[in-house]
Amino acid sequence: MGMTISEKILAAKVGREKVVPGELYEVPIDWVLCHEVTTPAALRMLEARGMNRVFDPSRIVAIPDHTVPAMDIKAAKLYQKLKSWVQEFGIQHWFEVGRAGIAHVVLEGTGLIKPGETLVSGDSHTCNAGALGMFATGVGSTDLAGAIYSGKVWFKVPETMLIRVTGELQEGVTPKDLVLEVIKRIGADGANYLVMEWVGDTIDRMDMEGRFTLTNMAIEAGGKTGIIAVDDTTRNFLAARGVSPDQYTEHRSDPDAEYQVVVDIDASEVEPTVAYPHIPSNGRVAGSDKIRVDQAYVGSCTNGRISDLRDVARILRGRKVADHVRMIVVPATQAVWKQAVVEGLMEVFVDAGATVSYPSCGACLGMHSGVLGPNDVCISSTNRNFVGRMGDPSAQIYLASPATVAASAVRGYITDPREFNESHQAVAVSAD
Amino acid sequence: MPKVFVYQREHINTDEIIPARYLTSDVEAELAQHAMEDLDGSFVERAASDDILICGEDFGCGSSREHAVWAIRGAGVQAVFAPSFARIFYRNAINNGYPVFENREVLEAFEDGDEAALDIEAGTLTNVRTGRVVHFAPLPDFALDIARAGGLLEYLKAKEVQHA
Repeated sequence: MGMTISEKILAAKVGREKVVPGELYEVPIDWVLCHEVTTPAALRMLEARGMNRVFDPSRIVAIPDHTVPAMDIKAAKLYQKLKSWVQEFGIQHWFEVGRAGIAHVVLEGTGLIKPGETLVSGDSHTCNAGALGMFATGVGSTDLAGAIYSGKVWFKVPETMLIRVTGELQEGVTPKDLVLEVIKRIGADGANYLVMEWVGDTIDRMDMEGRFTLTNMAIEAGGKTGIIAVDDTTRNFLAARGVSPDQYTEHRSDPDAEYQVVVDIDASEVEPTVAYPHIPSNGRVAGSDKIRVDQAYVGSCTNGRISDLRDVARILRGRKVADHVRMIVVPATQAVWKQAVVEGLMEVFVDAGATVSYPSCGACLGMHSGVLGPNDVCISSTNRNFVGRMGDPSAQIYLASPATVAASAVRGYITDPREFNESHQAVAVSAD
Repeated sequence: MPKVFVYQREHINTDEIIPARYLTSDVEAELAQHAMEDLDGSFVERAASDDILICGEDFGCGSSREHAVWAIRGAGVQAVFAPSFARIFYRNAINNGYPVFENREVLEAFEDGDEAALDIEAGTLTNVRTGRVVHFAPLPDFALDIARAGGLLEYLKAKEVQHA
């Protein structure tokens, strides 16, 4: 019996020919990503036990992103704790506020992490990096502390769910709609403990930004990680960041690899999808119901990349956000921010009546910059719509693609972004 | 006598167990004041030491925040039962030596507020009101090793001493 990509990565790391799902290993970790919310607790645990070392300061990346710039004194202290540790232990890859943004998105663009490697972080969306053909997963502060100290994490070798996507996504339908559709089909724990491996000609044609959106949301189906095999798109993405193929190992699932389950998706049938409150699996077609929104939010590690901002600008250009809507755009990183300036997207946002906030996790998890008040209704390009996720527990969060968020912001209620497609526009104009 | 809190709902997530607005603290006693706040505002008031949580499928889904384990432990919950747990929450519990058990029968064997007797060694949870005894699978050996050591970090440290 053959092996999947994930099994091959884990086998290589533990120095075995073969690993089998269910086996437990202490797996060497290539990269540990640290942010300021879950890392300080890990550091205090280590200090309290006199475990004052790091396994390798050149293999730790520290990027404060959840509560920066600090919104209160407690947040400032978390940041200080992370930074003082970075300085004390000589952590080599430190990304200061103003030179960073959302950790997962910063990291994917650095050229540090590579195919075939392992990555953990005290953040559930670490699975994001699986789009680079690596084994990346989120852990809690204790596991993080263990990884910082020993460079290893215990893993049960997971089984894999194969998601095979074929055909063309319709105009106006994006990878976010695809992943929301998959989570709707398999359920919010449909991939619990599993790796979600994406294959098929739709994925082959998809750019890296779209692929990151898919692997990023593996955790929303309970997945241990998402993963996509390396191809020319991956190689070109890495080459643009100074990484050549001789610096990494490509793994491919064997034709006779064993999958726990196979999910087949016809991309042409995927519609712009909105996950209704209060769970990401609660997907419906955008615009099925006329739901008035108070806030439209674009950002997060799922959908705050430059292609997302371009999707938003395409719809907002020459239009205005509805009077009763506040629209907040959060570029995922400083690089995305700058690119948006260069391309004139910022001007589009401001002219449309949207505001732009500093690159951070922001209101995605209700910490700052767009937190929802009682009964607020928000359409959001983020990843979770749990009760209280973005602020007050009575607020309603609808998850969607950036295009759907922008279309909804303009209309003032949840709207199918295909109403703004070029072809539809021509029809709309002649009808007027 | 410990009592049980029964929440039949599936997918009770870590945002509900401890909302992000409290994550600027990692002090267990502070987190405990807000345990389960967005699910059940009266939970902290009603919880006492050694209580037991019985919840629906996929308990602890969502964020990796270990604060979820600390918050309910701090609020006095001595163990959690659910038909299934989200992966990271389960790991976090094991790493803290905190007992969580996969079991479906408990959901029908208990009503909210029932008094219960938990025997982890024997693998039984008894409903004192009805006399019904639910047998549950013990923790896996690896989890027991970590619990005996006092948590993952103690376990790692002890192993290092052995190898030295």
